[in-house]
Amino acid sequence: MGLTSGSTGIKAVDMGLVVKKQTEDDKVIALAGNPNVGKSTVFNALTGMNQHTGNWPGKTVTNAQGYCTYNDRHFVMVDIPGCYSLMAHSAEEEVARDFVCFGNPDAVVVVCDATCLERNMNLVLQTVEITPNVVVCVNLMDEAERKGIRLDLDQVAQRLGVPVIPAAARSGKGLDELMQAVCDRLDEEEKGETIQIRYIRPIEDAIATLQPAVETVCGETVNARWLALKLLDYDASLIHALNESLGFDVTGDALVQEKLEEAKQIMQSRGISLEELRDKIVSCIVLTAEDICNDVVHHERTKREIRDRKIDRILTSKWTGFPIMLLLLGIIFWLTITGANYPSQLLSDGLFWIQDRLMDLFVMMGAPVWLRSMLVEGVYRVLAWVVSVMLPPMAIFFPLFTLLEDLGYLPRVAFNLDKYFKKARACGKQALTMCMGFGCNAAGIVGCRIIDSPRERLIAMITNNFVPCNGRYPTLIAIITMFFIGTAGMGASFLSTLILTGVIVLGIVMTFLVSRLLSATILKGVPSSFTLELPPYRRPQIGKVIVRSIFDRTLFVLGRAAAVAAPAGLIIWVMANVFVGDASLLAHCAAFLDPFAQLIGLDGVILLAFILGFPANEIVVPIIIMAYMATGSLTDMSDLTQLHTLLVNNGWTWLTAVCTMLFSLMHWPCSTTCMTIKKETQSLKWTLISFAVPTGIGIIVCFLVASAARLFGLV
Amino acid sequence: MNQIYSLTSLKEGERARVSTLLSNGSMRRRLQDIGLIEGTEVECVQKSPAGDPVAYMIRGALIALRSEDSANVLVACR
Repeated sequence: MGLTSGSTGIKAVDMGLVVKKQTEDDKVIALAGNPNVGKSTVFNALTGMNQHTGNWPGKTVTNAQGYCTYNDRHFVMVDIPGCYSLMAHSAEEEVARDFVCFGNPDAVVVVCDATCLERNMNLVLQTVEITPNVVVCVNLMDEAERKGIRLDLDQVAQRLGVPVIPAAARSGKGLDELMQAVCDRLDEEEKGETIQIRYIRPIEDAIATLQPAVETVCGETVNARWLALKLLDYDASLIHALNESLGFDVTGDALVQEKLEEAKQIMQSRGISLEELRDKIVSCIVLTAEDICNDVVHHERTKREIRDRKIDRILTSKWTGFPIMLLLLGIIFWLTITGANYPSQLLSDGLFWIQDRLMDLFVMMGAPVWLRSMLVEGVYRVLAWVVSVMLPPMAIFFPLFTLLEDLGYLPRVAFNLDKYFKKARACGKQALTMCMGFGCNAAGIVGCRIIDSPRERLIAMITNNFVPCNGRYPTLIAIITMFFIGTAGMGASFLSTLILTGVIVLGIVMTFLVSRLLSATILKGVPSSFTLELPPYRRPQIGKVIVRSIFDRTLFVLGRAAAVAAPAGLIIWVMANVFVGDASLLAHCAAFLDPFAQLIGLDGVILLAFILGFPANEIVVPIIIMAYMATGSLTDMSDLTQLHTLLVNNGWTWLTAVCTMLFSLMHWPCSTTCMTIKKETQSLKWTLISFAVPTGIGIIVCFLVASAARLFGLV
Repeated sequence: MNQIYSLTSLKEGERARVSTLLSNGSMRRRLQDIGLIEGTEVECVQKSPAGDPVAYMIRGALIALRSEDSANVLVACR
């Protein structure tokens, strides 16, 4: 039987988690913990990496690994998704469990939240039950102190029989001690007794009956007591993972089978049915945790807690909950619009000044006209547009948004809106994935992993595109400014904010409608149960927020957009300058699309721009402009009044503007998002549906709006 | 004799002890994971603007439950 290194080793754990050691001597350390206890912060601090963190449960949805060196010893740190228990309920919890149980990490660091240690103890106890190579890191000590919680961690360590290290990872406290404890633990030849959870008598007797058989069959590879318990409490996915890891079927062994039957008899004769067994196991663990913490946690109800409740009463109350939510959304967009105006102008002036100099340079070098036109007017100009239009709003929006995220406001949004998601037969956590969608829809799609029910997860993925991402609101803002407001004055920016917020609210309403529609058709079902944790409010670390959101998010998204914009600029230029017959390729394509585009209130060029903008929504407006400019001329692209004239000369009316905005809000997801959907669903069918649903809805809505406007003679 | 209610009937600020969990399957396990077992003290903290879900303080953590789920948690008021 194949007990190969491949089947027993770390590689046996699939789900894309293959631990890469840099040298053979590297020790593999798993970082486990409940959701939202600062596990990623600990991981980042130890590895110097930048795994995204924020104040809401479930950010870590992928396994990340990084390297860390302490005292000349090398470690591979594996950040596994947060989970409350190793009795897996969801795909991520399964990943976490399989890695701790069968991934053969050299040690497991269980990160706990000092402010609610008792609940975290559940996972600690379950981990200690499997392996003695555990170090408990009690994080957020600073926060606990502020909340008036005092912890006697020495006593916790004594009770558990494993090291317990206090830490405040956000300020880097306790991390050296943690790594020292990990080293010491690994070096210990003889590990002292670790805590053993005492179950009620019938269960203990059943374990005692089965354990020797398991020891005989499996040998030293797994903890026999733990395995005996798991066999009794038959957990199909765990047994499957176990068999994979062992390379043979434990339950198929005759001796194990016999003893298992005997053990089950023992329990049944003492009145414990199999259904009750799990309850009893969980109760015993919870009560053990309670028992440990009763002695060591000293809690005084403090001002801070009372303050949190007061804030909650304002942010989530019947009368103020929704207005504040809208107001915050509005404020963020207002700051983004007004704040971005001036730097955008400045950037644009600068970049177009460079364009002229580039042109001069090419002329000086004697480059042929077609080449300098292609590189400067094609590639450079599109690039310059994308940078000048996108960078300032992103550099303002992302930090503001990260601030809200850090504060702990986002779960409150989910809390406020959940009833409506329930009505749409979806999950309240969809609100969190929508919030991520504001930044980038692809990120929103990945975030959908926090939703447990597969049906509700698909709904969240298909509808995520109705939230306009960062690549789209520069388009929306530009059109709003040109066609509805004009640029001057405070009133103008206030009005633009109002309209933009309106567009986004429309997107949110569409999300609810389409979610409900999907629940009634291709994704039939009733809303499933869920629990939503509302974390304590945390004071955001403003400096870190700014640095992190600029470097991790802004520059990343901008880089991606720019990488797409340059080749797109080239393609557009070629299309606009290669003539077939008496018209350019671009004109032919636009003319071909025109009849249909007119039907939905657009024109051929706009639709073509959306199609060519598939790799990145940011380049839609530059494409439209370039296409129109092939027939006209425009000296200064940064001047919105001139742009307005250009668009009007090409037949734009208020209806074109409205339909372009609507279509921008509701059309296919960009290529990155589509690829992410494919990766997450592993299904071409759902990817195509996610492509078709927003597109279909957008076409229908635009058609209805355009027809109505024309019917009533409004244009 | 303690009166048995469902968790749903608690008003904001009221506390009670869990007497029975009626939920099944994964929700039952989820609730147990966050420490909601027989005897656990629960405080109703805050209703959402639409009245549902409601946030409860369970073992030091604030957890929102939908009314369908909290109806399956029976509590005894003190």
